[in-house]
Amino acid sequence: MAGQDQNSGESRETGDGAGGVYRVAGSLTITRAATTAREIDSLSDPLTIDLSQVEKMDTVGAWIVYRAVRDRKASVVGATPEEQSLLEQVAEADRPVKVHPDSPGGMIRILDELGIWMSELGQTFLGLLGFLGATMIGFANLIKRPRRFRINAIVQRFDVVGVRALGIIGLMSFLIGVVVGQQGAVQLEQFGAEIYTINLIGRITIRELGTLMTAIMVAGRSGSAFAAQIGTMKITEEIDAMRTIGVSPIEALVIPRIIASTVMMPLLAFFAMVMSLLGGGIFVWLVLGIPPLTYVQRLQEVVPVTDLWIGLIKAPVFGFIIALAGCFQGMLVQGNSEEVGMRTTNAVVQSIFLVIVLDAVFAVFFSSIGWR
Amino acid sequence: MSEKKPIIAVRGLGNSFGEQVIHEDLDLVVCRGEILGVVGGSGTGKSVLMRSIIGLQIPDEGDIEVLGENMIDRSEDEAKNIRRRWGILFQNGALFSTLTVAENVEVPIKEYFPYLKPPLLDEIASYKIAMSGLEPEAGPKYPSELSGGMRKRAGLARALALDPELLFLDEPTAGLDPIGAAAFDELIRALHKKLELTVFLITHDLDTLYAICDRVAVIADKKVVAVGTIAELLSLDHPWIQEYFNGPRGRAAAGSVSKETVKA
Repeated sequence: MAGQDQNSGESRETGDGAGGVYRVAGSLTITRAATTAREIDSLSDPLTIDLSQVEKMDTVGAWIVYRAVRDRKASVVGATPEEQSLLEQVAEADRPVKVHPDSPGGMIRILDELGIWMSELGQTFLGLLGFLGATMIGFANLIKRPRRFRINAIVQRFDVVGVRALGIIGLMSFLIGVVVGQQGAVQLEQFGAEIYTINLIGRITIRELGTLMTAIMVAGRSGSAFAAQIGTMKITEEIDAMRTIGVSPIEALVIPRIIASTVMMPLLAFFAMVMSLLGGGIFVWLVLGIPPLTYVQRLQEVVPVTDLWIGLIKAPVFGFIIALAGCFQGMLVQGNSEEVGMRTTNAVVQSIFLVIVLDAVFAVFFSSIGWR
Repeated sequence: MSEKKPIIAVRGLGNSFGEQVIHEDLDLVVCRGEILGVVGGSGTGKSVLMRSIIGLQIPDEGDIEVLGENMIDRSEDEAKNIRRRWGILFQNGALFSTLTVAENVEVPIKEYFPYLKPPLLDEIASYKIAMSGLEPEAGPKYPSELSGGMRKRAGLARALALDPELLFLDEPTAGLDPIGAAAFDELIRALHKKLELTVFLITHDLDTLYAICDRVAVIADKKVVAVGTIAELLSLDHPWIQEYFNGPRGRAAAGSVSKETVKA
């Protein structure tokens, strides 16, 4: 039986006079559906379709014949009982089914999407604000009843967010130190001012890059993980189960993550600053020939201690925002697993965006209070 | 149904995952035009058997013949010829989530018959959707907007897209309410009769077995321990089969069927 449904030896005759006669031999199946439809369309009315020589017909063939009967009042002759029943079935299934979604065209669609986008943006920020409030209430409850403080959960998060990130953040910061040094040296060499490379490395990594790059790494590493973990728990109804038992998911899931991320961020940022200075120091020693002792002395002279405060004050705020956005997006997950991926992406995008906006705000603030 | 021509023949099948042996020397024959139900306890490898037959799982040993062609070690091109002659409904529908229901139905048609033009394609998709018992509004919806039962019907519409000779159903009524499950059974029986399908059906649902299956294959102890009509199986004294059909749920399902036949 295999391979027999290939269209074998079909002949068609077009008899004129009282309209067209369509006679198929062999198979009337999906394999030659397009040809059959075209041939039937090219014949004139009144049309007669002769099925007496058809060996094999499937629902697509039946549909094409049925369509000709429905639209052009064609008459069918020579159908076997099976073919007749197939024709009846497709006739039965002929209901006005909508195939394509309604979509307004052009300008209206652009406005429509813009409107949806704007309202989603507004709702997200309102939701984030509400989530911040819920978290604050959770903190207040914990302070009232410190017994409910989940020390184990927090310590475990310290490990995941902080200790396990040391390797990648150290490597990244070291390389950033090298790159800043190298790029700075190339430019400053033109003025014979290579020594200022140290100013560049010291100030930029401590004041800005150490904290900012650490925040981006934590957002990508831990913010996304928070969203994915909480989102998956939402789908498997673990969070609903928690609520029905009487455990607050904010206290059990969100607060440990926020505390861990807020506490770990300044430590990681400080580690990142040290690694960047190390990378920059090794670069200037090997390439510019400035010995490490000179490097350290010069750093002490040119980098004000306020730079360190700026870097370290920003860090916990960034950590808080990253954890808040990650947990918030995780809690928004509903429905299917596809949503977890989308929300995780959103968590990372949102937290990096917020971190950079806040960084700009901090830059303006610290400049205006005279910490230049 | 009187002609006993094998459409699927499995001989000496062996499957294992690491240490865990799933199948050992398993034989099974499915005849053309029948509805064969496959039952077995959880974890006995019903789905693995189906995956082996359709080529998603490469067995450790044994021969598998589907529609008269050997399925083991085939080239991708040869396999394609067979794939367009069967339709498969996965447990949760496995609809492509980024496509609408109608587009899902059109995927196999477009793959094998790329020259078919959109108006005809849309017409084919719409009568397949109607045949599967979905309401007309379902066409432009995305899988995430459908209920479990509708998703299964949409999956069935896609499985039927190429007018298959052979239909594989993996737990088609699991997760449906009893009314929805009965309606789905009825739909499969009607389509089987109208389209001359052979159906390979994995199920846990005793009502489905009684309602639509011509024969039932029981998987236990890593092989098919018995194949036959339910009456034939009941006369065997295999402990699992007895427990399965004569347990409280089995008797309830049998009772409801006999009541129906009395009424009719």
